[in-house]
Amino acid sequence: MNKIYANAEEAIKDIEDGAVLMLGGFGLCGIPENCITALVKKGTKNLTCISNNAGVDDFGIGLMLQTRQVKKMISSYVGENAEFERQLLSGELEVELIPQGTLATRCLAAGYGMPAIFTPAGVGTEVAIGKETRNFNGKDYLMEYAFDADFALVKAWKGDAAGNLIFKDTARNFNPLMAMAGKITIAEVEELVPSGELDPNFIHTPGIYIHRIFQGSGYEKRIEQKTVRKRL
Amino acid sequence: MLDKNGIAKRIAKEIKDGYYVNLGIGIPTLCANYIPDGINVVLQSENGLLGMGPFPLEGEESPDLINAGKQTVTMLPGSSIFDSAMSFGMIRAQKVHLTILGAMEVSENGDIANWKIPGKMVKGMGGAMDLVASAKNIIVAMQHVNREGESKLLPQCELPLTGIRCVKKIVTELAVLDVLPNGGGFKLLERAPGVSVAEIIAKTKGKLVVDGDVPEMEI
Repeated sequence: MNKIYANAEEAIKDIEDGAVLMLGGFGLCGIPENCITALVKKGTKNLTCISNNAGVDDFGIGLMLQTRQVKKMISSYVGENAEFERQLLSGELEVELIPQGTLATRCLAAGYGMPAIFTPAGVGTEVAIGKETRNFNGKDYLMEYAFDADFALVKAWKGDAAGNLIFKDTARNFNPLMAMAGKITIAEVEELVPSGELDPNFIHTPGIYIHRIFQGSGYEKRIEQKTVRKRL
Repeated sequence: MLDKNGIAKRIAKEIKDGYYVNLGIGIPTLCANYIPDGINVVLQSENGLLGMGPFPLEGEESPDLINAGKQTVTMLPGSSIFDSAMSFGMIRAQKVHLTILGAMEVSENGDIANWKIPGKMVKGMGGAMDLVASAKNIIVAMQHVNREGESKLLPQCELPLTGIRCVKKIVTELAVLDVLPNGGGFKLLERAPGVSVAEIIAKTKGKLVVDGDVPEMEI
């Protein structure tokens, strides 16, 4: 059972037009940079992308928006991307905005083999329109379905040949959830090591969820909002 | 009248020892600078961090360590990192004691609108809908009136709602107000320095309850 691929181009080769993708990351933190670059190069079209954000104009998923590869975005916050807003207002891009916790928990449900979850987020708002509502202990909850994605593209700090992953700091975010949720999960890692080199006690995502893994290269890891204190 | 830092300073007085607190973007973030001395508070950032510290020193920022506003931050001793589902899990299960966030409108029954202006702004709700649907204690930090001079404290919200019957307290540049249960309206608790009750009445469109003398706030 070899899960190791040479690079992103090889790992995403069979992603076809019209696929439903999950992409890990929060803002530009922990995004699968190599897979995005490879998808832009491959030119795969009509993609549905489930991702908390849509990148910025010239980085992250923003790169796939520039090349009009995305048909639909499912996200919680898309405020950092002018091209996104333009395509949305002109009707070129379909967008479904959903609460961030709902997005995370719909991934979790998929990875845990549960068809749906109940959440109070969005009760009484336009998010609730058309959704089944149940009352538990006097409080209303919306039923939200588990996601059904063809591929999950995630980024980790370290990974091993068995597909086990460790994430770094807040670059963890949606990555372990989406890793569990994809029918096929592709992990790109900053450092790929042989099986046995990662301590099993500190694995965040067990390798059973990872179908393909490769060591990424040329990470830019762009900072969206650099905020610092001056040295005195 | 208070400036943004003044609003943050007044809200920070509501933060108690042992609290886990989620701070929204804007004025709420400033509250971290005014947490009273001698109390132990843990800040939660919904992208997956407990124990958030101040901004890093120049040159020590890391692309892997940001807050929910995508700003580079640091971790204090005792911090922990988790995924986004656990982050909203601890919010939904009310392990986080206090949520402080901004708003465009609040209604007299505690409804809040802060995520969308139809035809103008379509950025998304982020984690705001999850936070307001679950938090036990929600304090709103906002200006009393909008740029057109219209009251943001209304009988009913006009903008698309973020959550219903959830806001407990509001701090503006003019006043501190409680949202009374069962649609009882806004109860005026404190005036900002130099602000009259008459001005607060004039700038509050929703039902306002003024009971006896209203003290000036101490900040």
